[in-house]
Amino acid sequence: MSASASPPARGARFLARRRRSYFYFIAPTLVVVGAVIIFPWLYTLWMSAFDWTIGSAAHYVGLGNYEKLFTNQRFGEAVLHTFYFTALAVAAPLLLGTAAAMIFHREFPFRGVLRGIFIMPMMATPVAVALVWTMMFHPQQGVLNYLLSLVGLPPSLWVYSPTVVIPSLVLVEVWHWTPLVMLIVLGGLAALPTEPYESARLDGASEWQLFRFITLPLVAPFIMVAAVIRTIDALKTFDTIYVITGGGPGTASETINLYLYLQAFAFYNIGTASAVVVVFFVIVLALALLLLHVREKTKWT
Amino acid sequence: MADHDRWGDPEIQRRRLLQAGLGAAALGAIPGAGQLAAYAQGPFDWKRFKGEKIEVFLVKSPRGDLLTKYHKEFEDMTGITVGSEMIPEQQQRQKAVIEFNSGNTSFDVIAISYHVQKRLFGKNKWLDDVRPMMADKSLADPNLDFADFAQGGLTYATQADGRIDSLPLNLDPWVVYYNKELFDAKGIAYPKNFAEMLDAAARINDPSKGVSGFVARGLKNANVPVWSSFLLGYGGAFTDAKGKLMTDTAEAVEAAKMYQTLLAKYGPQGVAGFNWNESQSLFLQGKAAMWLDGIGFAQPLEDPSKSRIVGKVGYGVMPAGPKQQVSALFGDGEGISTFSKKKGPSWFYLQWASNKANQTRMLQAAAGAPVRNSAYAAAQSSADFKAPKQWVECMLTSARIAQPGLPVIAPVTEFRDVFGIALTNMINGADPAAELKKATAEFQPVLDKSEKS
Repeated sequence: MSASASPPARGARFLARRRRSYFYFIAPTLVVVGAVIIFPWLYTLWMSAFDWTIGSAAHYVGLGNYEKLFTNQRFGEAVLHTFYFTALAVAAPLLLGTAAAMIFHREFPFRGVLRGIFIMPMMATPVAVALVWTMMFHPQQGVLNYLLSLVGLPPSLWVYSPTVVIPSLVLVEVWHWTPLVMLIVLGGLAALPTEPYESARLDGASEWQLFRFITLPLVAPFIMVAAVIRTIDALKTFDTIYVITGGGPGTASETINLYLYLQAFAFYNIGTASAVVVVFFVIVLALALLLLHVREKTKWT
Repeated sequence: MADHDRWGDPEIQRRRLLQAGLGAAALGAIPGAGQLAAYAQGPFDWKRFKGEKIEVFLVKSPRGDLLTKYHKEFEDMTGITVGSEMIPEQQQRQKAVIEFNSGNTSFDVIAISYHVQKRLFGKNKWLDDVRPMMADKSLADPNLDFADFAQGGLTYATQADGRIDSLPLNLDPWVVYYNKELFDAKGIAYPKNFAEMLDAAARINDPSKGVSGFVARGLKNANVPVWSSFLLGYGGAFTDAKGKLMTDTAEAVEAAKMYQTLLAKYGPQGVAGFNWNESQSLFLQGKAAMWLDGIGFAQPLEDPSKSRIVGKVGYGVMPAGPKQQVSALFGDGEGISTFSKKKGPSWFYLQWASNKANQTRMLQAAAGAPVRNSAYAAAQSSADFKAPKQWVECMLTSARIAQPGLPVIAPVTEFRDVFGIALTNMINGADPAAELKKATAEFQPVLDKSEKS
């Protein structure tokens, strides 16, 4: 390629000209992206440097809002609650959803109807779901404690107890979103080739070995996709928690989103809220990079 | 922001002078401030602002529904068209703050809650002082009868600097609903003071039967008025004259201990997550002896389709504390946005909304407790008035001994949040003195900042 210098140079000029002419075509997109994504972002960053409560004057504090956040016990706890909630709300639907996909992948009577019923929770509105669960969680009149009493278990306080509130909330998420994981994994299973199974069976592999060494590695990329979607959903969960507990009892289920909502729309501390958004964004970005890294590793080779 | 200063604007003043000279023909063209001044000499006439249109911004509640239902009556009487928006309380408050802060509002009249918004609106002067219009004989309805408004309501509507920037419509003193059947079964009379209240709760409380001695809000934020009901009885206060919090004093700690004992010891399981609706449903089932909350719940309690204790509910005035007998007061009213260009028609709307007929309707529909004293007699004499006599007496007595149930400060929501968490933690076993100390230390800087700017 180094032998003839002039044709590539002419080619590069041609490309440059073409690139220039294409620029006009992407300009509208750039404007839209700039207006609805980049500008709000820069503006949030800018506001996070001010101490501003609606109804009073704003003054510049530099990194002061961040300093206050990092020394604020309540915010620290909110970050921990977010991680705890997210970990449970990702792991449980993944396990159950994968198991459900394995079952629904097999042939049995009324499979289609049952699949349909299984994915119904996904169609419900989150706030409506949350309201129904609130009633079911009620310690005196809720159906959950009645069910526990039927099998001889002592009643639980569910979302009314600071210690079990987060697992209880995860229960709602599991009910609501396991079907989504099931659908994604089921799609993966349907696309699997049959040859590896035939040859493994010839070699005398057991059902467990078939699952562990063939099915699982082959559907891993699909599980990863489900994991990414679930992580994003779980991190941004707001409606379920807000409706059922409002972050309580006390602050026992207050996640970053709840804290952010309070700061912005209940206390009108716009500066603090902007700083929370920025910190939350950094956390989401870090998690996304981590997940992408893991996903690369599960790709078929 | 130009509209904000329109009274002082020389251009506007010049126009007003011009208007006065030009006479009636020119008046229709220039709405709002100019019109008010030009009409200043005539006698009162409901039809004065005929053809104008105002926007009112209400809260979705039985009271908002009721006013909206009768808007037609106002329109027929005045010829003013009313456009109304009604959204849930929390969203209404958020939208109001954002609009006022932007320096322009889409509404002329707004419903406000004194217990949450009084100081914020007063500090920023977001609502117009209604006193000049009230004093103006050409603008004030001769039947307005301001003396008919309960003193407690007027005090609540008056700002610290003497401005009256709204008309009160509804008072909501806190009372104790009690289950007469449970009290009679143990041969206990309704408690007269805090000690008797604790005693009654202890004696009736019976977890094995699922009966609680006491129920009230444990949910953070919502629970603060329960504690303030006790705080006021102990002679405590939220702040001193200099704006320093008094929320970790001996009185405050005593009140918090009372709260903790009643809810954690004699309250139902899970009360830390109870708001008024959970408390209400427990009380409706006959599973609680006493329920401390706002006065507006008589209707569901006496409704046979919802309640198992119809006819067995007692309506008790808040028992006396060691220092004084106080009922914690909430309330709401309506004011005129300072950015409104239709002050005159808006003022007419305010007078109509708070008139005797509307106040009586409010009581008849059990949508709230009216500020006008005359409404009680009027409603009781009507055939379809269903609220029990004891409820009316309880309301009148409570209103007389009422004091604001929340501090009159701008960051009320944050106050309720911080102290609400402390109270919820107490239900779950935390030490009242330590929790209050922590909450006070956390909130003092927030309060200082809000008063400084």
